[in-house]
Amino acid sequence: MAELAVTGLVHVYREGAVRALDGVDLRIGTGERVALIGQNGSGKTTLVRHMNGLLRPTEGRVTIDGVDATTMTVAQLAARVGLVFQDPDRQVFSGTVRAEVEFGPRNLGRRGAELAAAVDAAIEAVGLAGEERTNPYDLGQSRRKLLALASVLAMRTPVLVLDEPTTGQDARGVDRVRAVVTSASDEGRTVIAISHDMRFVAEAFERVVVMRGGRVVLDGSPAEVFAAGNRETLSSTFLEPPLAATVGDRLGLGSTPTEASVVSALLARDSTGQAGATR
Amino acid sequence: MSLRLSGVGYRYAGAHRPSLLDVDLELPDATVVGVAGASEAGKTTLCLVASGLAPRTVGGRIRGTIRLDGEDVDAWPMHRLAERIGIGFQNPGTQLSQVADTVFEEVAFGPMNVGLPRDEIIERTWEALDVLRITDLAERDPRRLSGGQQQLVATAGLLAMRPSHLVLDEPTAQLDPAGTRLVADAIARLAADGASILVAEQKTDLLAEVASRVLVLDGGRVVRDGPADEVLADHALGELGVAPPSAVRLRSAVEAAGLDPAVLGTSTDG
Repeated sequence: MAELAVTGLVHVYREGAVRALDGVDLRIGTGERVALIGQNGSGKTTLVRHMNGLLRPTEGRVTIDGVDATTMTVAQLAARVGLVFQDPDRQVFSGTVRAEVEFGPRNLGRRGAELAAAVDAAIEAVGLAGEERTNPYDLGQSRRKLLALASVLAMRTPVLVLDEPTTGQDARGVDRVRAVVTSASDEGRTVIAISHDMRFVAEAFERVVVMRGGRVVLDGSPAEVFAAGNRETLSSTFLEPPLAATVGDRLGLGSTPTEASVVSALLARDSTGQAGATR
Repeated sequence: MSLRLSGVGYRYAGAHRPSLLDVDLELPDATVVGVAGASEAGKTTLCLVASGLAPRTVGGRIRGTIRLDGEDVDAWPMHRLAERIGIGFQNPGTQLSQVADTVFEEVAFGPMNVGLPRDEIIERTWEALDVLRITDLAERDPRRLSGGQQQLVATAGLLAMRPSHLVLDEPTAQLDPAGTRLVADAIARLAADGASILVAEQKTDLLAEVASRVLVLDGGRVVRDGPADEVLADHALGELGVAPPSAVRLRSAVEAAGLDPAVLGTSTDG
């Protein structure tokens, strides 16, 4: 549905000489689930804001299916890349939950049954069914954040970009966000998410891109990125791998970024006798 | 010396039902008490009530008693309470003064307002910036920082007040793992110096690290209250909308697969 290519991207914010992005190259294929991690201020948000035209490159370029993002109109970009902000209060403005979710797809020209189906599915996906007529500001912050997610989901853009989607979510909210990521990617949509939640990253994404000082320093599967050999690079970005990865490392299980992978490595070790345990 | 809530209930103005019901909470000095619970279980409300902002500036109706260092604070005005209890909001945007043009002034804002001597204001401000490793942001405009950086600045502002009682509502929500660790260390150090601290958090890993006692809210009521390691290992935590800490989840996953969690040994520590 959409391939995204970032080439030699540099961004310098006007107020200082801070090079928020310092030469980023990244190619993301259709339907990929990519987590973008790195310390506060490493350039993650600046990078994704180039993907839907909120920022223009100082140098380099971003293309979507080969077309330079800076040559597209706001409407063309909005139909391709949906961006959910970290703070929902920057994007929620309608009087009811339903009106809020309808706004995006309506602007893309959807009407009637098609519009209703997209809106219903999005509201259902984030667990807000039954709240259609509620004022968004009567929802708590965490559910308002899920509403912002629904309003972008309903646009059915080929690319979905989420900035810190699990911040402030409780256990059920995190499960919902995770289900949304999985089903969007099953539908062939590309999902890019910024996150500080390493457990969510390891469990919900197939690829992890690590940024430091405006550059990409690691890029691979969770098992590759959280492997023991990358511990130093990770700590240079002030990141810690998920506990499961550290435990797998200490027990000599290899790279086990998730709880499930620790369990299967332990079971595999048991089934091959105790040979592994004594190594 | 402590903060004690007895039989506290609270209802927001215009709300159909109370947001807190019959809450008992004791926050002794030199202690960190954690508050967990699903979204809208009452964590933020408890923070507002414990710090005195509700009902004083938020409105609504309160019942029960709150005693600060043995004194009933019912009739105390907000400014008197604010000298004794600090509060950190979930959204750092709410916390920033909006009148300071640099991070340094922002962090110095509290100490200036209570009329501390100039040298002490400067010393406390640099110390707070240093503890959270943001001295390099001192000259920046606080309104133009990332969400995580703003949250550290807001927390530095609280530290500079050297509060004896502190209420923190998700102090690390927007922070990266390193920022989270710095805040955890700062909380632990402040408690070691004698402060009593209430921390509401979704991140149970953080609570497992800093809190000695944890209470869990559900529908405005305290449904669990006990030593942190016991409450956080409770198997029903998930049903209450609370994700157990990583170590607990890992042990449960291993157990669910029919393995003896003893195979993990001490590998899940720290």
